Amino acid sequence: MVCALQAVAGLGPRRPRRAYGFMNGPMVDARAVHKHFGALHVLKGVDLRVAERELVFVIGPSGSGKSTLLRCLNRLEEPSSGSVVVDGIDILDPRTDINHARQRIGMVFQSFNLYPHMTALGNVTLALRLVAGKSRGEAEALGRAALERVGLADRAGHTPGQLSGGQQQRVAIARAIALEPRVMLFDEPTSALDPELVGSVLEVMRALRESGMTMIVVSHEMGFARNAADRVVFMDAGAIVEEGPPVAIFERPAHERTRAFIGQIQRH
Amino acid sequence: MSTWDRFAETFFNAKVMHRYLPDILSGVVVTIELALLVVVTGIGAGLALALLRSLGIRPLNWLIIGVVDLFRSLPPLVVIVLIYFGLPSAGLAPSGFVSTWLSLAFVLMAFSEEIFWAGITSVDRGQWEAARSTGLSFGQTLMNVVLPQAFRLAIPPLTNRTIAITKGTALGTVVAVTEILGQASSAMSNSYNPSPLMMGAAAYLVLFLPVVVAARFIETRFAWKR
Repeated sequence: MVCALQAVAGLGPRRPRRAYGFMNGPMVDARAVHKHFGALHVLKGVDLRVAERELVFVIGPSGSGKSTLLRCLNRLEEPSSGSVVVDGIDILDPRTDINHARQRIGMVFQSFNLYPHMTALGNVTLALRLVAGKSRGEAEALGRAALERVGLADRAGHTPGQLSGGQQQRVAIARAIALEPRVMLFDEPTSALDPELVGSVLEVMRALRESGMTMIVVSHEMGFARNAADRVVFMDAGAIVEEGPPVAIFERPAHERTRAFIGQIQRH
Repeated sequence: MSTWDRFAETFFNAKVMHRYLPDILSGVVVTIELALLVVVTGIGAGLALALLRSLGIRPLNWLIIGVVDLFRSLPPLVVIVLIYFGLPSAGLAPSGFVSTWLSLAFVLMAFSEEIFWAGITSVDRGQWEAARSTGLSFGQTLMNVVLPQAFRLAIPPLTNRTIAITKGTALGTVVAVTEILGQASSAMSNSYNPSPLMMGAAAYLVLFLPVVVAARFIETRFAWKR
């Protein structure tokens, strides 16, 4: 990991191509990303580089632009300017087949967004059939395997309405990982959950992290960040204020704004 | 003769009913044909317009909204008369049947477009985002994720509208369409007795009650398990 980080920062010896599957650079390389919503300047030139297998936590007050940044990475939001390269693919290039590229970028939402008219298995297999071009049989086998990974093999035939929030979020994770993405984006995955259901989702995320998935997580689950994150990025007012290892950010924040924010969320 | 006998003699006169039954039945056939045509083409065109509108091409949407608002505001009778008496001056001479069909289909198209559109726009934005984030295209998302949910929301208002507008087949009378009400009212004036009208009413019940029941069935089918 240290080597990977050095490579990202342009430090250390240049690694041979494809070492650890590390191809031409970081898994996610966002540079000078700006986003305007009308007169509102939501992202003010954000740079974010994430190495393969790295887990980056993005924290910050609401309205700081962290969700928007995440959504710029798979072009759910079109950045006003800047560049976004994921797994070597220029996401913002109009010639890029964005639907194809999005298979490599899994996303999990705060409100789960499962398809209510389909079973858990139906949710997981839809893109496998329509985007990855799998037959129904193949898709179902892969879908069941994905549900197995999130511990919900026995809920394949349930509709979202019959599942708890935690189970729904795990199905949403299965829906994303079934496509074998190269990177996973989590947008406040546990914020809509009752406290007793948070653990099961974090457990799935931890297992995913251990399997070597590159992950970018917008969340305030500080305990999880401390244990699992390689790096914590603090954003405020559309810009990255500071970043570093979790211990450094949580215990010895360099900036006053970071300190104030960390103090606020730890008081609750 | 008791009051009841007089009432029965007037409204449920067996002789008159027997005599005009064939006319009423042929009216039923015409009404069914007309209603099926109106429902299939009207709802089909309404859905097509709603789908076109979801593409978000601005000039096209203005056009769609204009057409839809026009047909929602005009009384169907006016549309029938305009088509039947107006189109001949453009060199086309649609029959009363075709005029009634086209008019009611346009009106149903207008209402069903609005109903489908309302259904599409009320599907949560997160559904679009989730589907698009897994790589589904706009069209795939619309067809597989959004429309099934929009249909579920659209079915109750759509049923109401469909029944109201198919009952408008009775307006065909004014352009000499021999549907149920047309047959019944001419039988009524020929026999000086309102019994045929009662038969007509019975025929409407027999036709539309199953439609209402079928609609309930579809509503429960489209409701997903909770």
